[in-house]
Amino acid sequence: MMPKSPRIWQLAERRYRLLGSKCTVCGKTSVGPRSVCPICNSEKIETIQLPSTGTIYSYTVVHALPAEKSGYGPYIMAIVELEDGTKLTAEIVDCEPEDVKIGMPVELAFRLIGQESEHGIIYYGYKFRPIISRT
Amino acid sequence: MRDVAVIGVGMTKFGERWDKQLRDLFVEAANEALKDANIGRDEVQALFVGNFSAGSFVGQEHVAPLLADYLSLKSKPAFRIESACASSGMAFNLACMAIASGIYDIVMVGGVEKMTDVSVPEITSVHAKAMDVEWESFFGLTLPAAFALIARRHMIQYGTKPEQLAMVSVKNHRNAAKNPLAQFQFEVTIERVLASPIVSDPLHVLDCSPITDGAAAVILCSADIAKKYADTPIYVLGFGVASDSIALHDRSDITTLGAVVKASRQAYKMAGIEPKNIDVAELHDNFTITEIISYEDLGFCEKGKGGLMIQEGETEIGGRIPVNTSGGLKARGNPIGATGVAQVVEIVQQLRGEAGKRQVSGAEVGMTQNIGGSGSTCVVHIFGRQRR
Ligand SMILES: [Zn+2]
Repeated sequence: MMPKSPRIWQLAERRYRLLGSKCTVCGKTSVGPRSVCPICNSEKIETIQLPSTGTIYSYTVVHALPAEKSGYGPYIMAIVELEDGTKLTAEIVDCEPEDVKIGMPVELAFRLIGQESEHGIIYYGYKFRPIISRT
Repeated sequence: MRDVAVIGVGMTKFGERWDKQLRDLFVEAANEALKDANIGRDEVQALFVGNFSAGSFVGQEHVAPLLADYLSLKSKPAFRIESACASSGMAFNLACMAIASGIYDIVMVGGVEKMTDVSVPEITSVHAKAMDVEWESFFGLTLPAAFALIARRHMIQYGTKPEQLAMVSVKNHRNAAKNPLAQFQFEVTIERVLASPIVSDPLHVLDCSPITDGAAAVILCSADIAKKYADTPIYVLGFGVASDSIALHDRSDITTLGAVVKASRQAYKMAGIEPKNIDVAELHDNFTITEIISYEDLGFCEKGKGGLMIQEGETEIGGRIPVNTSGGLKARGNPIGATGVAQVVEIVQQLRGEAGKRQVSGAEVGMTQNIGGSGSTCVVHIFGRQRR
């Protein structure tokens, strides 16, 4: 069901390094690569480094698992609003389901996302985890 | 532009139809629609069929000519339209435009999905393809999870309660209990909804539409010839279609479905009516939260007051605007590609006065609203007993 190797490699760098897109005309940022700005239609888009911290905009705990996550859950999925306002969808790790909250500060955690099949390639990407205040 | 009328409707029993194949289901619904319209298959000039993912569910693509073949439409043009859960709502819209343009005078529009041949986790994965596969599903988002994210935000921003979500399920089950073609012809209670297993919190199993096999079909014609075929043709008064970002995270406020707002405003304008003129509506309750948000985005109530609207019984049969008299996606069933046309079937029966125990008395104007993915597609149609 999930993309085969070449498609995973096409986006690997962006997912590994949390690169995003920014319109140089209106400043709109997006997590995925875009050639046309969804706000002002400009074609002047640059690739940028997205911030690695943000807060939880909304979350859910997934109990009914898709085939690729068989035996893995329940797991927390969230829309994270990064410091620059960019929103993205990611799993929240190192956090118990009862502890997750809207507005909770989170930071980037590079993790394994899945495996194509038992002997297939393993693929990685971004997840987020709570920021533990270090005093 | 020519006016369009519905002159025949047909629908299979929805549910787990383990003994029937995709093509069998479609032909069953289509034959019934032909019979209802009292026309021969030779008079049908084209077929428009909504189907989400026969390739994933039964391994068959290119389903339009397959269905035309088994329906014996004899080389007539056959189109397949895919827009996730809005597939046959969109097929209906294209068929309306084809008649309105004058290209065809009589066409069939249908929808079909055969889902129960694959496992539930596989179905969850196929559903997730209706969202952004690279930037949502890849990371583990499922379709119920997307609507759970929406529900959580709606609860925070407007104080909507789990009990209010459950009331949508209770109402739609109560209506389905009066619909002989519904998948679930039994009632549930708020307690039972809230005690059912969590799918993706805050959504429980009984907040979610089920996995369903089924098909629905209707016959459309130019309004000028409709009286020749039907005593009570039901006229298409207006429609609207809109899209939104494929990924939920690309929307500024996920508690509003922008495509629903846009599509409905176009439809109201074209029909020359306001929300208060709607006597009965079939709305897209793939999850209970979706029906509540739809009340708001269609202008049935103020933004944020959807939970209150269900709580006060305004959308019950006998209420201000009865919604999902068929039982909705929740309890009539949600065979993805068939859902949009199944909504049309219910509204046509309501406006004809043939809805039996679930009849809304004196219904003159009806609405269907069909959503694809997490709200990336919305198509709205408004129907009337009287021509506009
Ligand atoms: Zn821009």
